[in-house]
Amino acid sequence: MSRIGERFKQLEQKGRVALIPFVTAGDPGPAVTVPLMHAMVEAGADIIELGVPFSDPMADGPVIQRASERALEHGVSLRDVLGMVSQFRQQDTSTPVVLMGYLNPVEIMGYESFAEAAQEAGVDGLLTVDLPPEEADELVAAIKPRAIDPIFLIAPTSSEERMQRICDAASGFVYYVSVKGITGAGHLAIGEVAAKMAQIRKHTQLPVGVGFGISSAEKAQAIAQVGDAVIVGSVLVKRIEELRETPEEIAPAIAQILSSMRQAIDLV
Amino acid sequence: MPIEKPIDFSSMPDSRGHFGPYGGLFVSETLMEPLDELREAYEKYMQDESFLAELDADLANYVGRPSPVYHAERLSRENGGAQIYLKREDLNHTGAHKVNNTIGQALLAKRMGKKRIIAETGAGQHGVATATVAARLGLECVVYMGAVDIARQEANVYRMKLLGAKVESVESGSKTLKDALNEAMRDWVTHVDDTFYIIGTVAGPHPYPAMVRDFQAIIGREGRQQMLSQTGALPDALVACVGGGSNAIGLFYPFLNDERVKIYGVEAAGAGLDTDQHAAPLCAGTPGVLHGNRTYLMEDKNGQIIETHSISAGLDYPGVGPEHAWLKDIGRANYVAATDDEALAAFHTLTRVEGIIPALESSHAVAYALKLARQMDESQTILVNLSGRGDKDMHTVAALDGLKI
Repeated sequence: MSRIGERFKQLEQKGRVALIPFVTAGDPGPAVTVPLMHAMVEAGADIIELGVPFSDPMADGPVIQRASERALEHGVSLRDVLGMVSQFRQQDTSTPVVLMGYLNPVEIMGYESFAEAAQEAGVDGLLTVDLPPEEADELVAAIKPRAIDPIFLIAPTSSEERMQRICDAASGFVYYVSVKGITGAGHLAIGEVAAKMAQIRKHTQLPVGVGFGISSAEKAQAIAQVGDAVIVGSVLVKRIEELRETPEEIAPAIAQILSSMRQAIDLV
Repeated sequence: MPIEKPIDFSSMPDSRGHFGPYGGLFVSETLMEPLDELREAYEKYMQDESFLAELDADLANYVGRPSPVYHAERLSRENGGAQIYLKREDLNHTGAHKVNNTIGQALLAKRMGKKRIIAETGAGQHGVATATVAARLGLECVVYMGAVDIARQEANVYRMKLLGAKVESVESGSKTLKDALNEAMRDWVTHVDDTFYIIGTVAGPHPYPAMVRDFQAIIGREGRQQMLSQTGALPDALVACVGGGSNAIGLFYPFLNDERVKIYGVEAAGAGLDTDQHAAPLCAGTPGVLHGNRTYLMEDKNGQIIETHSISAGLDYPGVGPEHAWLKDIGRANYVAATDDEALAAFHTLTRVEGIIPALESSHAVAYALKLARQMDESQTILVNLSGRGDKDMHTVAALDGLKI
């Protein structure tokens, strides 16, 4: 079983919903990321999603776009991100790390060499937002034997037929995109999410995480009532942006946001 | 030796939009169903007689088709070598080939019951062609345009506003066409229920590369007939400029099965292919995935998309339609490049010798055609796609002469 599978099993035994923070690797500078990852685990993160910067982040809102731009100003590449994961693994061998980004940096590295390097670094999952299962066979074949879970998105527009196809291709967990829109969108409707979750669970035994638009402890709590994992990104990345001139303040500030979300989620 | 079955080009792409290893559908999950819906509608209406009749009538009476094929006799004589024929897409309403596609997609939007149209634009030609058809059909229209392009294409921005479109300035990334496309995709994903995204070139996720090609293929269908009736034969060579590649594929597609016809796509070599100032992914790029499809890209060793340069904003794009990528790999078409200077020289030559002022994009095709013609016999013919007129480029060319107009 992959590290992600094990983590969800432990959480289920404890009756705990997972908290998955997303930050862009190398934002606002490469030195910030690894200590920030440790601080997030300390503050209650169960899995970490690490954004791989890309020049053309089509599915992201302005907050995460700017994070990508800041990281790219430092020339942060996919190989650099793998280096950060391997540095993180020197101290933390249990918290799963999922890379989230776009296909092209993986494509140019080559699926096999990526899979090999990612396994060596200690990566546990890969979510390429512009890679639907229809195009993913080759990449899945490269990463899955190396205990790296392919994570796929389900959207509000996905039909039952597509849900089935996605669930069949996924392992680790499936990621429900809770709004029609881009990351950081503001119109999360909890009732609709609950209805979709019931639909998705008909197609899979895998844990279902929910992300996009979860910007407060209250929303995190509401989502925790229906999902197995709460995924938060833009609210953290926005705080990182505010503190970009004083990077030493970033880890404690992000830890504070996550702690309050953790508390709210654990009340469920 | 086994005999290879000839490729039937009309059967491409496959059902999921692949041209060999290129094309496909690389978008976030939210867009998968809407793209499927679009594909179904496009497949249905391309077989629907009333839709096709409406499209034909609009192309004839609104756009002004068929566009002529003109034998540039004086140019051919002065240049030497093959006879040069020009397919006059510059004479279309709005001044370029772009409208062939926007008419088609807007009629499709109307049939699908969509009330809102969005588009991306670089130089503004596709934006103007979209705003034009939106005005005519009474549809709300939003055009995304990079802040850098807005600054250098003021006249087209004003034209779009006159036509009732809202022009959204894109401030992210390099603030040019690729970023406008990203932003239009973000809009679409957010307003997917009531919005139709009119992509202006043969790139993007399936079905766009095939659909835009099919709407532009009227260029080649007409050109084929016109060459047959004027010269009694097919042309020996076709030449068209390639940015995203819609005018080129529109000309090439109806000739792909005519093995004897040589095909040349001309990319923008900018300051030269040996510099980093160009926009020639087929000549100097590598395959990758961007904007929903796999194709040749201008990218760095880490897979980040790099900035491009061309004197013509319409060729200033880091990707290219996936069908071109495939035609290059299988060797059916040749992809070459013309520099800014070569294109400018051709711009002046055609203007002075034939009284036709070409767009700077099309000037790249003319530049290569002049070179190619000189290596050919005077009994041979070249059909060049004159994809647009140069009115929009007056300020660019004047500025090079030190004038402000």
